[in-house]
Amino acid sequence: MTRELPSFLVDRDAPPVVAAPAPGGVAGPPRASVPGVPGEPGLWIFLLVDMTIFAVFFGAFLVGRADEPAVFAEGRTHLSVALGTANTLVLLASSLVMALAVRAHRAGDAPRARRLIATVLLGGLLFVAFKAIEWQALLGDGHPPASSSFFTYYFAITGVHLLHLVAGAVVLLVVRARVGAGAASRGLVEGGASYWHMVDLLWLVIYPVVYFAGAT
Amino acid sequence: MSATGTRRLVGVWAALVVATLLSWLAGDHHGLDSVRLGVALALALAFVKVRYVALDFMELRTAPPPLRWAIELWVLVVGIGLVGLYLLA
Repeated sequence: MTRELPSFLVDRDAPPVVAAPAPGGVAGPPRASVPGVPGEPGLWIFLLVDMTIFAVFFGAFLVGRADEPAVFAEGRTHLSVALGTANTLVLLASSLVMALAVRAHRAGDAPRARRLIATVLLGGLLFVAFKAIEWQALLGDGHPPASSSFFTYYFAITGVHLLHLVAGAVVLLVVRARVGAGAASRGLVEGGASYWHMVDLLWLVIYPVVYFAGAT
Repeated sequence: MSATGTRRLVGVWAALVVATLLSWLAGDHHGLDSVRLGVALALALAFVKVRYVALDFMELRTAPPPLRWAIELWVLVVGIGLVGLYLLA
């Protein structure tokens, strides 16, 4: 799955590639941060659209479960609820630390912000490790994505989510480097943080949908 | 940042951890006679958690009303939609 560079990573001081003319023929103002909006408004459209696409996935999962309750009930017994719960706790902790990093940066404490972002990235690594353990166990036990509609949904939803987490980690690596160089704007740090929180927030819904909803 | 701000964030995080453990119990239907009720509770709890992540960690509590209400509406509509779909489908 490929995406264009999220808008909040684009240098907002650079001239826009296409200037949208305002009514009356005058070029519109460049995108800028709006007081009280973390990051910039365009980022929030991106996040809300992304979250809504996931909501459709969740709905499709529940409809699939209604069509084949026995398949979903059997499928979920092969998942590790302990690993799913652990990953929920890992992402919640990483979100807290990310929120603290934003505040450290805002307070002008760049070294602390960098340390906190590094901790967030460690949380991301731990999430990937737990997910890898779970996937490996499933594949080893003969439950690849094509083995049943439950596992098709399971791997699609958790796989696309994992791609989002990896993208979020790459964003945070960039943010951390710019914080270190003293070149990170408030909008950049808030934007990267908001994306990371979205990865957390989506997992909060994936957790009960995937791990519990198939139960009968 | 202020100590009060940090304390609130840590408090929200602690509540989210407790809610996660409760949803584990409910979703795995410990202590509940009805699987459907337990799963519906776990789903509903997830959206309460989502709301607090959005308002406190994403800092939307103090965002301009259109953005805050867009998120609140998303949580409400998707939350009710998924719990309803689970119970009715």
